[in-house]
Amino acid sequence: MDLSIFSYQFMQNAILSAFLGGIACSTIGVFVVLMHMPFIGVCMSHAAFAGALLGLWLGFNPLVGAFAVCLLSAAVIGPLADRGELSPETSLGVIFSLMLGIAFLFMGLMPGTKSGALELLWGSILTNTRDDIILLAVVAIIVVGLVFVFFKEIQATIFHRNIALSVGLPATLILYGILFLTGATVTTSLRSIGGLLIFSLILNPAAAAYQLTYSMKRMFLLSAAFGVLSGWVGLLFSYLFNIPSGATIVVTSSVIFMIATILSPKRKVKGWQVKTVQERQ
Amino acid sequence: MANAVINIENAVVSYREDVALRGVSLKVESGEFVGIIGPNGAGKTTLLTIVNGLGKLLRGQVRVLGNHVTPGNGHSLRKRVGYVAQVENIDPRMPMNVREVVMIGRYGVLGLFKRPGRHDWKIVDEMLDMVGMTHLAQRPIGHLSGGEQQRVAIARCLAQEPELFLLDEPTASLDWKAQTEILELVKWIHDSRNLTTLFVTHDMGALPLACDRVVLMKEGLIEAEGHPDKLLTNENLSRLYDMPISSVEKKRGEASLV
Repeated sequence: MDLSIFSYQFMQNAILSAFLGGIACSTIGVFVVLMHMPFIGVCMSHAAFAGALLGLWLGFNPLVGAFAVCLLSAAVIGPLADRGELSPETSLGVIFSLMLGIAFLFMGLMPGTKSGALELLWGSILTNTRDDIILLAVVAIIVVGLVFVFFKEIQATIFHRNIALSVGLPATLILYGILFLTGATVTTSLRSIGGLLIFSLILNPAAAAYQLTYSMKRMFLLSAAFGVLSGWVGLLFSYLFNIPSGATIVVTSSVIFMIATILSPKRKVKGWQVKTVQERQ
Repeated sequence: MANAVINIENAVVSYREDVALRGVSLKVESGEFVGIIGPNGAGKTTLLTIVNGLGKLLRGQVRVLGNHVTPGNGHSLRKRVGYVAQVENIDPRMPMNVREVVMIGRYGVLGLFKRPGRHDWKIVDEMLDMVGMTHLAQRPIGHLSGGEQQRVAIARCLAQEPELFLLDEPTASLDWKAQTEILELVKWIHDSRNLTTLFVTHDMGALPLACDRVVLMKEGLIEAEGHPDKLLTNENLSRLYDMPISSVEKKRGEASLV
């Protein structure tokens, strides 16, 4: 196998992007999985996509548009879910369909070829520049740093928001923070992974980690490891078989999830369960 | 009541078009064990939420532990008020063990940027011992029964070292044995830790007999309050539940035969 490709700058950028994007996306994924809000990833990715298209259409930086629309969506989803007027899934569904509609509207309004838009839809990690990497690094450091600093508040909010509130924690603020972080992570990973596929990179590594541990700290670490692994193995397959990298990254993360589900200790009878039955007999 | 730790004056709470509390006034003295009973929708839970600052007052005022409850001081107040809710649906695969869940009770007291230390874990272990859950400390929380989860909820609440102990239907959906054990535990904790306790229930059978005072609630109002021996008469309860208590007992008897 000729591995000289990895000595090229564009490939090194892609490897670094997969590392940073994998960590950020899969860390966010832990919130998404444990708070039972899988729709949030797909909603935010479409919001980012719509915002980026707005930028392309009006001629400003697509990332700025993506970030602005993501934050706007988070600001709408949070209070809607918080007041209990709609279930979180319903409010996410409404925002998701709106964003999808707006994205297609902008796509229709854009003059000329749609290659820029399609690139955002499918992602192009191989064309990432030094600036993209810096942005990904900043977001990954912020996401991991906030989880580290506010771990106990995040843990309590994820466990049960009302319980977190009742012990005097600012659980509503933490929830909004999680929504904004999701928006920021999706925005920065949009160009690398693509609006359609990023949802899988958020969900799959965390869902795989969820199968393997009863410790939240370990779940964050496993999820990040699976996210990075998905990115690197995906890149390798993309190179070996000359197929789109976004797709191979997502397929790899899905395979990791399937393996984790098959090997999950949560499906097996634990030692203490056997002991309890023996004690009863 | 000069020593009132809870003083609710003419509280009105509304959820959109529904009025949950229609001008409720109640004083609770330090060390009292007050049972609040009434049918579903009487406003019992709302009464607890205005005490711990989670509920929003439309009118009236609430003083708890010497402070006016306002939207601004809710977080700091809740650190001093323990709250045990009904059995919650907890994800059976939630990656947290019993000990970690009890530690959540310390998180508010600890404050931002501080991690639990040896002292906090010692308190957690003491509370687990108090509720008889030490042997399940490392068990994933989602693997416990309803009664065991309520014991953990009580331990979590006590780990907060609260001055007020609020219990909202802590025995709802539990079997008779688990109900009895939880009730005995709550009363013992109240006595041994000199707490002020508000115990809410819609079920007469789940009302601790050792309450110092009972408050009867219906349709957002306090119908009556007083000593359980004087207040819990067939006449009062029939009026509270809009059904003769004798017929309730008869129906229960028929159900148990079936």
